[in-house]
Amino acid sequence: MLPPPLLRFRKLSFSEDTVNPIAKQQTTTEKPKRRRSGRCSCMDSCCWAIGYLCTAWWLLLFLYHSVPVPAMLQAPESPGTRLSREGVKALHPVILVPGIVTGGLELWEGRPCSEGLFRKRLWGASFTEVLRRPLCWLEHLSLDSETGLDPPGIRVRAVPGLVDADYFAPCYFAWAVLIESLAKIGYEGKNIHMASYDWRLSFHNTEVRDHSLSRLKSKIELMYATNGYNRVVVVPHSMGAIYFLHFLKWVETPLSDGGGGGGPGWCAEHIKAVVNIGPAFLGVPKAVSNLLSAEGKDIAYARSLAPGLLDSELLKLQTLEHLMRMSHSWDSIVSLLPKGGEAIWGDLDSYTEEDHNCIYSKRKSSQLSINNLNRRNDSVRPESWVKEPAKYGRIIAFGKQASELPSSQLNTLNIKELSRGDGTSNETTSCGEFWSEYNEISRESIVKVAENTAYTATTVFDLLRFISPKMMKRAEAHFSHGIAEDLDDPKYGHYKYWSNPLETKLPDAPEMEMYCLYGVGIPTERSYIYKLATSSAKYKSSIPFRIDGSVDGDEVCLKGGTRFADGDESVPAISAGFMCAKGWRGKTRFNPSGMETFVREYKHKPPGSLLESRGTESGSHVDIMGNVGLIEDVLRIASGASGHEIGGDRVYSNLMKMSEKISIKL
Amino acid sequence: MPLIHRKKPPTSSEEVVVPDEDSQKKPHESSKTHKKSNGGGKWSCVDSCCWFIGCVCVTWWFLLFLYNAMPASFPQYVTERITGPLPDPPGVKLKKEGLKATHPVVFIPGIVTGGLELWEGKQCADGLFRKRLWGGTFGEVYKRPLCWVEHMSLDNETGLDPEGIRVRAVSGLVAADYFAPGYFVWAVLIANLAHIGYEEKNMYMAAYDWRLSFQNTEVRDQTLSRMKSNIELMVSTNGGKKAVIVPHSMGVLYFLHFMKWVEEPAPMGGGGGPDWCAKYIKAVMNIGGPFLGVPKAVAGLFSAEAKDVAVARAIAPGFLDTDIFRLQTLQHIMRMTRTWDSTMSMLPKGGDTIWGGIDWSPEKGHTCTGKKQKNNETRGEAGENGRSKKKPVNYGRMISFGKEIAEAEPSEINNIDFRGAVKGQSIPNHTCRDVWTEYHDMGIAGIKAIAEYKVYTAGATIDLLNYVAPKMMARGGAHFSYGIADDLDDPKYKDPKYWSNPLETKLPNAPEMEIYSLYGVGIPTERAYVYKLNQSPDSCIPFQIFTSAHEEDEDSCLKAGVYNVDGDETVPVLSSGYMCAKAWRGKTRFNPSGIKTYVREYNHSPPANLLEGRGTQSGAHVDIMGNFALIEDIMRVAAGGNGSDIGHDHVYSGIYEWSERIDLKL
Repeated sequence: MLPPPLLRFRKLSFSEDTVNPIAKQQTTTEKPKRRRSGRCSCMDSCCWAIGYLCTAWWLLLFLYHSVPVPAMLQAPESPGTRLSREGVKALHPVILVPGIVTGGLELWEGRPCSEGLFRKRLWGASFTEVLRRPLCWLEHLSLDSETGLDPPGIRVRAVPGLVDADYFAPCYFAWAVLIESLAKIGYEGKNIHMASYDWRLSFHNTEVRDHSLSRLKSKIELMYATNGYNRVVVVPHSMGAIYFLHFLKWVETPLSDGGGGGGPGWCAEHIKAVVNIGPAFLGVPKAVSNLLSAEGKDIAYARSLAPGLLDSELLKLQTLEHLMRMSHSWDSIVSLLPKGGEAIWGDLDSYTEEDHNCIYSKRKSSQLSINNLNRRNDSVRPESWVKEPAKYGRIIAFGKQASELPSSQLNTLNIKELSRGDGTSNETTSCGEFWSEYNEISRESIVKVAENTAYTATTVFDLLRFISPKMMKRAEAHFSHGIAEDLDDPKYGHYKYWSNPLETKLPDAPEMEMYCLYGVGIPTERSYIYKLATSSAKYKSSIPFRIDGSVDGDEVCLKGGTRFADGDESVPAISAGFMCAKGWRGKTRFNPSGMETFVREYKHKPPGSLLESRGTESGSHVDIMGNVGLIEDVLRIASGASGHEIGGDRVYSNLMKMSEKISIKL
Repeated sequence: MPLIHRKKPPTSSEEVVVPDEDSQKKPHESSKTHKKSNGGGKWSCVDSCCWFIGCVCVTWWFLLFLYNAMPASFPQYVTERITGPLPDPPGVKLKKEGLKATHPVVFIPGIVTGGLELWEGKQCADGLFRKRLWGGTFGEVYKRPLCWVEHMSLDNETGLDPEGIRVRAVSGLVAADYFAPGYFVWAVLIANLAHIGYEEKNMYMAAYDWRLSFQNTEVRDQTLSRMKSNIELMVSTNGGKKAVIVPHSMGVLYFLHFMKWVEEPAPMGGGGGPDWCAKYIKAVMNIGGPFLGVPKAVAGLFSAEAKDVAVARAIAPGFLDTDIFRLQTLQHIMRMTRTWDSTMSMLPKGGDTIWGGIDWSPEKGHTCTGKKQKNNETRGEAGENGRSKKKPVNYGRMISFGKEIAEAEPSEINNIDFRGAVKGQSIPNHTCRDVWTEYHDMGIAGIKAIAEYKVYTAGATIDLLNYVAPKMMARGGAHFSYGIADDLDDPKYKDPKYWSNPLETKLPNAPEMEIYSLYGVGIPTERAYVYKLNQSPDSCIPFQIFTSAHEEDEDSCLKAGVYNVDGDETVPVLSSGYMCAKAWRGKTRFNPSGIKTYVREYNHSPPANLLEGRGTQSGAHVDIMGNFALIEDIMRVAAGGNGSDIGHDHVYSGIYEWSERIDLKL
């Protein structure tokens, strides 16, 4: 019955003393005898138990595969199917532009430690390499800290094609649901294109190194020509929105000025609409915390993948530091820093979200939060709400006090005059091998920087320049975060302004449409309360700042050292919506040809049960790509509908009011 | 737990169950209880099964763990210990020589090797959206064979998609880097090119739906336009360096079609203008190109028995070998392959002029001395030094009914013309109706007429197929032509159907371009067949290769009903080499601008042992893509070399001699 060799082997190794030679030759009948030996039977029963479990598992798996899905568990009809029945057909070619983090990266050339990983994904998919060879992985994903391009001997490139970002990890969809819905109304490889690019690079460098912009241009021209001269619909997500903004300007700039040479009118001729999903037009505050202390949530994907590693106190600081070093070498994160400074994000005493009330709180009680949101929209205000409002303008405040005090009581510190000192001597040298500029700053200056100070969206740049001058110098050659006084100034011909909607004009394309589609109803990081990392004997980190996780406000806006505003969990509504709601609306100086803009908000509704997994009405930054309402809008636009036909604006948040408060010259 | 309870009844003793439950929690304790309760009783059958499964699982996991923990270079190390140090792969070697990526490279996969994925399907294909139907693991062939056949078939009237089904080529390098897991096609070449600096931006896989006729790939998917646009883009983003094209197998014909298409004016062609090829193409490096077709395409269409198309059969050998399923399966496959227009692109071209008549053939005098898979060593020299000991083989008789006929003197053959034979209505078998083959229209009279004609030359086989499958050939005839042009300036040659036939079309006007023909030699390759009538009552295919036609003599070219000749296992030397060796050499009417041509043959030498996998010196049709010498040649050309740099012609076979025998006006 049993294969003798195996059996004999086990007996030999575990029960030599107890089993007589005859038993070795016999099989099932002898088993009770064999089990009399304690050690042996322990082994046996282990095997036996595992066998049971495996069999049960297989049986269940088999049942799972063979039993038809009961009707109640079947997924609701996808919007694609429904629209297809209504007669909605593929018309305009669709270009998808993924955002930061969601696109896969694969290895083309690496160091010896990465052997066998040629053309395997380093970023995306299962991330197994993070666990197997973490240091090697970090080394390969980091860019050169001087140039922001490949380090010598390493080439990591974006995965091309739809597979780039259809699923971020197995079963964690990014674009897959949208692609599937598009396919239902007749889309296929020839009229959908994923404009993959290396999201670690600055936008200009994607063209320098990979010709990504040229490829995108050629692809759009091709799809326009092969699909009956129907203009394309572009669907960027997250950082892809500013990447595409950069593209719009690049493509019409003459070749001699470093552009794509498409000539004026290229966009008008080739693009029907830009449907931005969760666009980070004006940046996100979490980019600040990310650069300061590697604690933003978005980049922290990598952290959440290896929680055990991070939680162990011993490794924790090292890991954070490694991550920080890696993300500091990525120029693209700088593109996400808040743009427009105090005019947009508020100064020490004022802030745009003044009316915002954070009655909604944790995601656990999100059902409740919806109701509250509704109430808020109806302007029903319970008494208890009116408290001292959160001072969102102070994006970084050191200590809770500093975040609440009137501005006159704050330390005024001219950070530019502060000397960085040479603090390397008294810091631990163990960190010296890692590139992080913190160890060059003396402890004293750090304390000074952090003493009872608060930083606004403008002054926070001084802080960043102070603590990591090299990185900011490198990245600020590629990105700018201000507001233009005069858009016709010839300096705005430089590519570093192209991705900032406040420093660049939209192309001359009156027929084009701009959409801002994003989720609302989720608390979104807006400002942070920091503390100094405790300097003790244990102090090993070269990251001197931490988010003060112990600060919890009475009002729910403040939680774990972070203040929240309305948004889609990553991008605050003001960043996603302001340009479409005000900055570009009508003929403004940012939108000289007066192309139409539409704001479509999607109220977050968490999945009803576990079976729904990530839900079909989610409003969160990535999950919104599976939102039925959003998919339907995109599908209708792609099949030729205009913004008015899908219903014009739809706003749930206080966006319009907030926008009114922002006074910039339009 | 419930599951275990369910398993209880067969074991029938309560005592067994109690410890079962415990054992999963505390295996050690349970073993004691077990012992007590059983009290020397028997282990039940279920228990021992589970125990056994457990053992196997544990061993498996252990091995898996070891395998994963093993360093990636371990297999290589073992190989080197056994066979001595391996030569550097060409990529590493040439990198040391200082070669750099220069010209962009375009790959054009052949038939069968490209992956196909589902974009829209019938109910039965639920959940397969954007999953590979062709390529990958072929898991669906087993799970739902009929559904698979239905989706892989095309409409048999139009040769395009059936209603409600859209299956499309996978795009990007992944389309054909591996055909199935572990079975490389382009992967080795890609990896080597990456060593000298190639990456996604200067390599492009021109994946196309290989089931369609060439012009239809443009009509349905705009594949040719995409290829044109991509080549233009790569040339312009790589500093104006012209592209090196590397087509394989049927891709060779596809690219021939492309070169003609791209210079034709707009509605029919790509509108690139008369110097497009001269401007954008440096070299075309054809690998194993069936320029003049392959005889096995005849067998494939005639009786679904060729090897190449039968890859699908090889995937499910057990299925095919069981007698009940066999005939049905073959018919399904036949029905499927017959809807694919592309199989008709590879029918022998040039008729009797090229392939020989009843009494002669260009390969006359070729002997198959020692050409057995087993004595590989002698195989190389076979072509030259094997002198005929006996009657030469009549390769010109591509299909003969009966072995005697194949060997008979020309005067003894008495052909009865089948072309006029009336197709009877008496159907040999009614069950075949549901499977679409045209044999049932033919009736017994027709079948008899075919068998009585006895001998078919290359020209006559086309007539034979026209007779046997008129509908299919009518469809294919609109897309492909198999003749030789008398006057290439005849306006009728503007029709796309002539573009893929090198004997009916001119090469573009590009005197600086180079055309290479790279192929393996030294493997017996199907060249002519001995057929018999299929007597089996429940077969729907009335003809069968007469597999018992065999010669005892080791040196015989006749094996299992197939006459073999020198080639790369799929394409005979004549087909892959003739154009470059003679018809295009110098200024001929097929090559008016005198494009330089080179013939590079690679002598087959099989892998020395199992560890080498598919070998680095193979000459077989697909395995040659891993041949180091071939890869080196391609890389040198891609890095800027030309035909004389890599050593002009390199010939082992009798291709020159054979070419001389072909009497074709040049």
